[in-house]
Amino acid sequence: MTVDASLAGRTFPPTEPYVVTHERLAEFARATGSTYDGGAAPATFPIVVAFGAMTSLMEDPSVGISLHRVVHAEQRFAYTRPVVEGDALTATLTVDSLRQISGADIIGTRSEVTDAAGQHVCTAFATLMHRGEDA
Amino acid sequence: MSTLAGLAAGDTLPEQTYTVTRADLVRYAGASGDFNPIHWSDRVATSVGLPGVIAHGMYTLALAARALDTWAGGPGHVVELGAKFSKPVIVPDDDRGVDVVVRGTVKEVADDGVRVTLEVTCGGEKVLGMPRAVLRA
Repeated sequence: MTVDASLAGRTFPPTEPYVVTHERLAEFARATGSTYDGGAAPATFPIVVAFGAMTSLMEDPSVGISLHRVVHAEQRFAYTRPVVEGDALTATLTVDSLRQISGADIIGTRSEVTDAAGQHVCTAFATLMHRGEDA
Repeated sequence: MSTLAGLAAGDTLPEQTYTVTRADLVRYAGASGDFNPIHWSDRVATSVGLPGVIAHGMYTLALAARALDTWAGGPGHVVELGAKFSKPVIVPDDDRGVDVVVRGTVKEVADDGVRVTLEVTCGGEKVLGMPRAVLRA
């Protein structure tokens, strides 16, 4: 099945606040062979929060996505400020675009990541490719 | 202390080589919350037509970010970062792992930041499509 055409333009509820701890940042940095010594988080760390929003989209039964058919095709971040220890972050995902190319749905998403005060931290743009049954 | 001030368009940034092992992918799965089995199970990876376990695309992008932090003199300078996940990084089940090489060229030095064009390769082949970033002091 293909994804419901009404998905384009839809905004999903914000994710529950994710509290950024020193330990979380250290784990993330260590996983990519780096270290965390305080201060700014690794640049791709907000994917942890955005991924939560993307999972809500992919697991929503009304959307019609089969998780095992999804490929992460493209990712982009635009930052207002770096993530730091102590941030409580939420991501609000909007489906910006939906198009079909040779049996696959190309889903353009935008997750606005904000802090506890509602201030913008970064925007994570993800393009997800959902392969149809025959693709 | 940022090292961005001395950069000019056309500058080549020092090449960075990072080794990726299966253990790194397991660690990254835990740290990121992305437990897709194609990043840790050969059985699942081959069942969907992959040659074997592949790195998370976001893992490879994180390595690009690591190189940017090195070039900028520390974290917190990346104001834009993006790429297409064009080719998978296949990570063998051995103790050696596989090398990912990150190269960067300064495209433009403007008031709003330093535009960097990246090249991220594994085994001589580009694994990210149009990777690019903006750094700010």
